[in-house]
Amino acid sequence: MPMFKATRSERRIVLVPFLAAMLILGGLWGRARADDAEKWKEPSRLYDTYCAQCHGMGRNGKGINARSMAVQPRDHADAKGMGAIPDAEIIKAITDGGLSVNKSVLMPAWGKVLSRQQILDLAAYLRHVCNCGTASAR
Amino acid sequence: MSRIAGLISAVALAYFAASACLAADGKAILERRCAQCHALSKPADTSLERLRTRKGPDLYYAGVKYRRQWLVEWLEQPTRIRPAGEFYFEHIRMTPEGDVVNVESLPPHPKLSAADAAAVSDALMGLKGPDGLVKKDAFKKQAVPAMIGAMMFEKLRGCAACHMDKPGSGGLSGPELYDAGLRLQPDYVYAYIADPQRFDPHIWMPALQLSEADLQRLTGYLMSLKETPRK
Repeated sequence: MPMFKATRSERRIVLVPFLAAMLILGGLWGRARADDAEKWKEPSRLYDTYCAQCHGMGRNGKGINARSMAVQPRDHADAKGMGAIPDAEIIKAITDGGLSVNKSVLMPAWGKVLSRQQILDLAAYLRHVCNCGTASAR
Repeated sequence: MSRIAGLISAVALAYFAASACLAADGKAILERRCAQCHALSKPADTSLERLRTRKGPDLYYAGVKYRRQWLVEWLEQPTRIRPAGEFYFEHIRMTPEGDVVNVESLPPHPKLSAADAAAVSDALMGLKGPDGLVKKDAFKKQAVPAMIGAMMFEKLRGCAACHMDKPGSGGLSGPELYDAGLRLQPDYVYAYIADPQRFDPHIWMPALQLSEADLQRLTGYLMSLKETPRK
């Protein structure tokens, strides 16, 4: 029935489920955002521990160790640069170090310190940081 | 004659008594002043969270790690070993040019009197950690040409990313190593480079998987570094 021709009681009947639907959807959306933040909490903590010393608090390649480096660490917030690197290469760089992907020896191999799952989670987190490309790390 | 013998015995007795007191003193000072920041026995908690929240390096194996003479001097005049403190992430801030160390946030280390420093150093040298933590004579003491060592440290093996082998040259997140030859025992250095996670599970120093030759060369190079810290 067209809304503009509906009676007041008919409108009221539609309004209640409509409001309920909006509340539920709004709740789900908020929950999804919280889950998202929850999802990145642990990878972000790993980053703060192992990566930020060179790649920076801001994930921008400007960590406290970077000042004396001839070649700067990767800027993980740079969508263009990060978008050009396949997931497999990111995972390899973290696992086997910079030399394994023809990059600097100053990037350590973390494969004996971090678990495979932690490295996959970090790779997915890096996609989130640069907001570039799907997290196909699983 | 018996008077001289008596005198000698009295002096000897007094010496041993004083040493025993000093030893008890050192342990007491450790418990009273050091235990809140340093682990004096092997912690049950080996989590990353403990590493992130501890206030200073573990000292339960200090006796196989540090050189006694360095401990005495350092405790009287502490210098900054970790440029970004312990744990580094808690003492850095962002600037447009890049992250910098928040120097004001770094707590100064207590200074001890000469007597206390000696007593505490003796007590620390008695803390050997678990059996087999550091293998004796792993380092073969062969001389390493300085140029080779520097090249390994600065270019070939990546140490300079996090550590300084000269003041002002190298990274800041790890302890400075420019006086490693004064501060650390070589067998400890060898063992740590070979397997950092053996000492600190989850530590943010990578497991480098170095060859025996490289381990010997790097240890030898670090033992040659005896720069006196500036501050």
